[in-house]
Amino acid sequence: MSNDARTDGGTVTEAGPGASAGLLSGLDAYRVLLYLGLLGMLSFFLIPIESGLVTSFKTASGVSGSLPFAPPTGGTFTFEKWRAAFDALGRGLINSALYAIPATVISALLGSFTAYGLTQSNWKQKYKAPVLALLVAGVFIPYQAVLVPLSQFWSMIPLQEWLGFLWALGINNDYASVIELIITHVAYGLPICTVLFRSYYKNMSDEMIEAARLDGASIRRIYRRIVLPLSGPMFAVVLIYQFTQIWNDLLFTLVLVQTESSAAAPIVLILAGLGTSLEGQDFALRMAGAFIAALPTLAVYIAFGEEFAEGVAT
Amino acid sequence: MTRNTDTGDDSGDAVTDGGVAEDGQRSGFSPVAALNERFGSDFVESSQFWLPPFLLVGLFVYGAIIWNLLISLTDFTGFGTPDYSDLDLQMYSRALADSGFVDAAINTFILLVGFTLVTLALGLGLAILIDRNIRFENTFRTIYLLPMSLSFVVTAQFWAWMFNFNNGVINIVITSLGLGRVDWIGNPDIVLWAVMFALMWQFAGYAMVVFLAGLRAIPNEHYEAAKVDGASTVRMYWRVIIPQLKGSTISASVVLMVFALKAFDFLYSLVGGYRPPNGADILATKMVREAYANLNWAYASAVAITLFVMTLGIVGPYLYYQYNRGNL
Repeated sequence: MSNDARTDGGTVTEAGPGASAGLLSGLDAYRVLLYLGLLGMLSFFLIPIESGLVTSFKTASGVSGSLPFAPPTGGTFTFEKWRAAFDALGRGLINSALYAIPATVISALLGSFTAYGLTQSNWKQKYKAPVLALLVAGVFIPYQAVLVPLSQFWSMIPLQEWLGFLWALGINNDYASVIELIITHVAYGLPICTVLFRSYYKNMSDEMIEAARLDGASIRRIYRRIVLPLSGPMFAVVLIYQFTQIWNDLLFTLVLVQTESSAAAPIVLILAGLGTSLEGQDFALRMAGAFIAALPTLAVYIAFGEEFAEGVAT
Repeated sequence: MTRNTDTGDDSGDAVTDGGVAEDGQRSGFSPVAALNERFGSDFVESSQFWLPPFLLVGLFVYGAIIWNLLISLTDFTGFGTPDYSDLDLQMYSRALADSGFVDAAINTFILLVGFTLVTLALGLGLAILIDRNIRFENTFRTIYLLPMSLSFVVTAQFWAWMFNFNNGVINIVITSLGLGRVDWIGNPDIVLWAVMFALMWQFAGYAMVVFLAGLRAIPNEHYEAAKVDGASTVRMYWRVIIPQLKGSTISASVVLMVFALKAFDFLYSLVGGYRPPNGADILATKMVREAYANLNWAYASAVAITLFVMTLGIVGPYLYYQYNRGNL
């Protein structure tokens, strides 16, 4: 890849240094080529998104009659697909938030606890190592390997009975799956949260903690007074990463909620079946739906891109 | 012999610590002191932080995998509960005789290797471009990483449209170059490569971020030295810089391979159902289809164990490597 780019660079440098030097003095041909490469990649990453965006505003005749990346013109412009997609997905937005937000907060907090208990406390490395190894390995587990037991487990737990008081309040009993999704996402999100916090706590200065220890502060007190207040930046990273992961996940919703006709169906589950029917595919509707489902994570990404990059790089 | 001395030293330290704490508080035998003496002075007190989450992970991850292994040894199908009295390897021999399983295993392997290689290559190229002291670095980086923040369900919608036979961007570009249209999703020989391309689009930004961190960690002198030696830019990267990215390459590869094993969400959403396009069935999709569409629970569990063993083959050596370097 990089080789190709450089070779191209060489040829063009010989072909037209004069032209570019005249137009953009201070920029040599190599820099021009560099930026052309960067812009080329920019369009590679943006075209699928751009094509989806313009298509979502087209009528059926606009979709089949115009170029997929051309904006809708006059008669083929419509908000209809966005309205239809919002009607179908609106309840999914709320349902997704109902489990994604609590699961994100709980898994980040527990991840911080776990990393603290395994990093800044004195017990033998020999015994800590296997506990850590099991947690780190948990990051890489393919969830297919736990799906059948997971279904069995949740079918054995009488959640419907325990939550009887909620149904008595008039809440649809499909919402039991929200509780299942929260606990499941916390359990499977904990390993990555722990790993992220541990990488942060390992590099934290020991001085204050040592001083507090000499003063006889308990482990719990040290966490509350010193470690937790210093964990702010890492909480930002973990919360953003976890929220994106949980919001975007389809597999657990498919297994635990099962059908998009459930009152508690999350947005990804509804979107996965949107716009496909026996008569053919409604791509404008699918694109509009994709954008509505992506909006929360896109907003988080645009606002906190740095933290997101840090989360994925660790 | 050496090992004995080591343990002796360790426990000696711990006894001293534990002893001090104990003397101040109580006399006589206490299970807390005994545990602390065995595992280290903070063991019991710190366990309130790490033990409950660890038990939760233990139950949901490791408990579930063992349970899954047990189910794969039964004949559990349909509704009801598995019968654990008669365990055998029948489901595994059934898998080996099932051509659908063998195809899915081969496809998984092709996707794993192909996707990882092309994504690493593109990610490395992007990282080098970004690292050339450019302006608007943050903007470029943010946009390259953008697809990574999207759900597989969302990107599958975009790529279903990109690969559309009549109106998709890819076929429009190809026909404008004078070539014939290609049925990217419908042709079983091509669909896996199309999926690979779409996944590369989604994850190249991730590889870029990892490589960029690796590039930034290389001291400037290495670039300078190569320049002084008169090496060309290509030679400099090939001979001096890229060999130093071994660590980044290994960790990015492992994470990418795990993403490829999880490509289920993408394939499910591409068609909106359990049956992926012909030629794109992988173990992850086959497992979920056998379990939740066909209710062949035991067989699906056997497929899942195969997938798990594949993952273990990749992740096991990686974790061992990290452990030996003290990174755990």
